[in-house]
Amino acid sequence: MPETLLDIKNLKIEATVYPPGEDPHDITIVEGVSVGLEGGKVLGLIGESGAGKSTIGLSAMAFGRGGVRITGGEVTLNGRDILKLGPKGLRGLRGREVTYVAQSAAASFNPAKRLMEQVIEATLKHGLCSRSEAEARAVKLFRKLGLPNPETIGSRYPHQVSGGQLQRVMTAMALCPEPSLVIFDEPTTALDVTTQIDVLAAIKEAIRDTGVAALYITHDLAVVAQVSDHILVLRNGNKVEYGPVKQIIEDPQEDYTRALVSVRSIDHEEKKPAEPVLRVDNVTARYKGTNFDVLSNVSVDVAPGQTLAIVGESGSGKSTLARAITGLLPPSAGRITFAGRTLSPDLKARSKDDLRELQMIYQMADVAMNPRQTVGTIIGRPLEFYFGLRGEEKRKRVQDLLDQIEMGSGYLDRYPAELSGGQKQRVCIARALAAKPRLIICDEVTSALDPLVADGILKLLLELQAQEGVAYLFITHDLATVKAIADSIAVMYRGKVVRYGPKTQVLTPPFDDYTDLLLSSVPEMRLGWLEHVIETRKMESAGN
Amino acid sequence: MHPIVKLLSQRIALGLLLILATSALIFAGTQILPGDVAQSILGQSATPEALANLREELGLNEPALSRYFDWLFGALHGDLGTALTNGKDIASSMAGRLGNTLFLAFWAAIIAVPLALILGLVAARYAGRWPDKLISGVTLATISLPEFVVGYIVMYILAVNYRLFPSTAVIYDSMSLWEKLNAIALPVIVLVLVVLAHMMRMTRAAILNVMQSAYIETAELKGLKPSAIISRHAFPNAIAPVVNVVMLNLAYLVVGVVVVEVVFVYPGIGQYLVDHVSKRDVPVVQACGLVFAAVYIGLNILADVVSILTNPRLRHPK
Repeated sequence: MPETLLDIKNLKIEATVYPPGEDPHDITIVEGVSVGLEGGKVLGLIGESGAGKSTIGLSAMAFGRGGVRITGGEVTLNGRDILKLGPKGLRGLRGREVTYVAQSAAASFNPAKRLMEQVIEATLKHGLCSRSEAEARAVKLFRKLGLPNPETIGSRYPHQVSGGQLQRVMTAMALCPEPSLVIFDEPTTALDVTTQIDVLAAIKEAIRDTGVAALYITHDLAVVAQVSDHILVLRNGNKVEYGPVKQIIEDPQEDYTRALVSVRSIDHEEKKPAEPVLRVDNVTARYKGTNFDVLSNVSVDVAPGQTLAIVGESGSGKSTLARAITGLLPPSAGRITFAGRTLSPDLKARSKDDLRELQMIYQMADVAMNPRQTVGTIIGRPLEFYFGLRGEEKRKRVQDLLDQIEMGSGYLDRYPAELSGGQKQRVCIARALAAKPRLIICDEVTSALDPLVADGILKLLLELQAQEGVAYLFITHDLATVKAIADSIAVMYRGKVVRYGPKTQVLTPPFDDYTDLLLSSVPEMRLGWLEHVIETRKMESAGN
Repeated sequence: MHPIVKLLSQRIALGLLLILATSALIFAGTQILPGDVAQSILGQSATPEALANLREELGLNEPALSRYFDWLFGALHGDLGTALTNGKDIASSMAGRLGNTLFLAFWAAIIAVPLALILGLVAARYAGRWPDKLISGVTLATISLPEFVVGYIVMYILAVNYRLFPSTAVIYDSMSLWEKLNAIALPVIVLVLVVLAHMMRMTRAAILNVMQSAYIETAELKGLKPSAIISRHAFPNAIAPVVNVVMLNLAYLVVGVVVVEVVFVYPGIGQYLVDHVSKRDVPVVQACGLVFAAVYIGLNILADVVSILTNPRLRHPK
């Protein structure tokens, strides 16, 4: 029987919370979770945010982030209970037996130090080998992980390499001390879908070649299915289901797991083309002080009451297009027509109606709202500004809007900090809707949300579109979202529209190489998908 | 050209421009002072002829603009004019005084800067615990007291009660370095106490700010000791804000020591300035103002330069 490397028994984790307007109190984040992991195997931890997956992952290093405390249970690693170790014992464990790969490698590297210095730091600190041996190990890992210029990349600074590369350097950093367990905490979540696939393949290969065991934490079941042997499904700090990957994907036992497997259940019939409400005509734009066009000759239309999805990886110019349409970045050439009138390129020269009829919803709902204003004030502001509503009239309209976004009157006096991520985004939608716009630009509005919550937001947007006849310009890098809500699609690559048309036409082969790469990179919930894609794709992502 | 060279030369050019603008302000400021220089030199009983002669001699009848350019041109050549009160060359009499002030500032800085950084690091390491509270409490108490009070307290304890150091800081050229250091011990102690808190608090705040970063967690999960995390990972990223505050305090040690110099009867430039202000000796006041401005702006440019040089994004562009 294979050796048990990590054995978590009856884990209980608590934290002190400081909610606004209430006394600080303790809450239980994780309770009664038990799971085991054999040497050289990969365990996937999956769940929505708040499920406790990162917290459980870090408990394998006996580490509590922020005010989080491990208050009960046992965590046995290599035969000893690590929760009983003192500070010195823990320092001997961390970075030597167990290492960690964080979600945002860009934030997890010290900006003031060269990569090599940081990659070999733990190895040297624990006295595992000499500096020259450690550097040789690192270069070997860089090569294995498919990094360009493995000999010299270590002498660069973190800001000098791309996000996908940085994530691979961080994996090398975790593997360098030759630990027995690596914790991967959402290592590909922050990456573009086309970059994610390369990093995922590199991680999978490195795990297989070094024979290290791993905890792989993610909210994306399709991703974890590619790398894990077993999967533990978590919800609200409790175990939902545990089993081999094949069983979880193909024969889930619990309702919650089934919901995760079949997420993105929305089916959207594409509407017939119509006379456009927004016409972007040959728009070219560049940022001040740069010498290349971020947008070149972009032409797209949006029909009233329909959705145009703009897809592409980061840096493709999607958000810049939104800035050009809203007037934040006046284009250097081209014309934008909205509701029959030509929009002035410059924001200041636009009429109040131009502003009112063109609203925006952002990716980060929490920073798009003033944290010191109540929901009522936030939604009431456009009513006051555009329609001059006051008092009872305004209150009633805010109430209607809250009903429309399926939130009750109890939320009028709440502050954004008291809302969940999905509720915050709903409030932002209501605020945009309050202006009675003809077009709403949605910039990655579901990217920061959990899949099930995102699903709810998309359904709401579709319902509102049916009720109000508002058009959406929907910017996203997530093709599953696009399939769910778009009527037409524009694929952008390096500032150009490479493919544009009605949804079914864009998503029907034959594809151009980039669209093919983009479509094939979306993780699919079946075993062996990763290997299949790597073998069959025609080009590499731009982030490489 | 490396972008950092461009950035640095811009910064330095801006500093020079700023000094030029300050010189104009200083000159204009002394021009609009009430009263007449000739009158104040000769006194109330002077005859109109004598006043007219003196004005002619001092060049006071020339238009202000041409006097400004004469003054500026002279200053650029090291000629700051002659003092009205004693007819001596300002540059040479100021050189000795400025030397004394720099000597005092140097020794105060040598002690205060490393001490403030170390105390700040210790306070950050034990944030919220007793070492932090003790350090913060003591340094805040010393900065809250006016410096002449600190001066007299220190003098009372160390000079009067224990007779460790002389109560007045009189130095002259023939003294050995050791004798000079003994003489300035008390003002140095006072200056250290005055500038310590600001730099220490900034170091502590900058380190604690950096300690929130994800890369500090990475370091912690590598199994590094808290002291190693602070010195290797936090401090290099906290240099820029700390350097700015350090330079402000160094500038203060040169241009703001008037009170301490008076308390300890130290022959520095602050006393020199105060003496001549009371005698309405405008050229000396102008010269001192110009030197102070140059020191202040120079040190702040230095802070900018250090901040730019310690920023890896600027040093190693993509």
